[in-house]
Amino acid sequence: MNLVATLAPLQAVVFALVALGAPLVVLTRDPLRQALVNSIYGVSLVCLFVVLEAPDPALSMLVVSGIAYPLVILAAVARVRGERRRAKETEDD
Amino acid sequence: MTRRVRMTLLAPALLGLGALFAWAIAGLPRFGDYRGPYGYVLNQIVVPLRHSTNVVMATTFDVRGVDTMGEEFILYAAVLGVTLLLRDEAGAGRVERKTRRLRSDAVRLVGVVMIGGGLLVALWLIAFGYITPGGGFPGGVVFAGAILVLYLIGSHRDYRPFRNEHVLDPVEGIGTGGYVVTGLAALASGTPFLTNLFGYGQTGTLASAGSIGILNAASGIAVTVAMLLLFAEFLETYVAPLEPEDVGS
Repeated sequence: MNLVATLAPLQAVVFALVALGAPLVVLTRDPLRQALVNSIYGVSLVCLFVVLEAPDPALSMLVVSGIAYPLVILAAVARVRGERRRAKETEDD
Repeated sequence: MTRRVRMTLLAPALLGLGALFAWAIAGLPRFGDYRGPYGYVLNQIVVPLRHSTNVVMATTFDVRGVDTMGEEFILYAAVLGVTLLLRDEAGAGRVERKTRRLRSDAVRLVGVVMIGGGLLVALWLIAFGYITPGGGFPGGVVFAGAILVLYLIGSHRDYRPFRNEHVLDPVEGIGTGGYVVTGLAALASGTPFLTNLFGYGQTGTLASAGSIGILNAASGIAVTVAMLLLFAEFLETYVAPLEPEDVGS
């Protein structure tokens, strides 16, 4: 049995995971949770790239979804919540 | 607009989009079908010509090296843009408060192991970029990410050297400029820009692929420092201003 035939069921499973993960990211309403779910979804994409025999995009996806993107979202969430808190404090004064 | 009107507008739009989408999917080539000749050509010529066993890297840093230089400058321009947008001159003189240090030893231990492991993986990714999958771009982000863990488990003070722009800016210059200088060196020796000047060495060893190795290292430095500059700006703008509030709580 050649490699392509061996990988086919694995590819099918990971494709299904990716297809399930994408709506999960969209349906998560809380931005903080969404950042986490998105990272997990990113890992499923990494698995997809690996089983499609594309290690270089897999590495790039790993660092983007694991490090760079969550940081940007988390920073934005922190900023928005901080401003809300500040606005509330000013009202209280 | 009421919900009803919105739905009436949405339904035909969804139907139309769905039909177009189905049409597009039906017209896709079969899964795994590859038509372009370039991939086959590169697979055939790269290893014998450049002695690099990672065809992706040899393609990005040699066959289309000029494009990659452009990409590096896209990152450079992006970081420059973020810095210019987020720079808060009013807050520049703000006194940094002492942050609480993490109490949990377990978290700190895991963090230290992550820093060590991350740096090691990053160095491996960059160094062996032209032999196994990896290279300066992912390696650089992992390197910067490992350093960022220091911020998470340590304090402002531990992380300060890695957000000092007087240190970071020249290093970023060396990384980004190193790529151009390598290209110009080829030009100076009478060959076209970015010609692979150096000996190709022995396939599968660190001493292979000629100037691909230098370009790879240069972009590794450039990406690492670009990410650190990005983190520094984000931390300064988003995180630091929030912390004085935490003191009161």
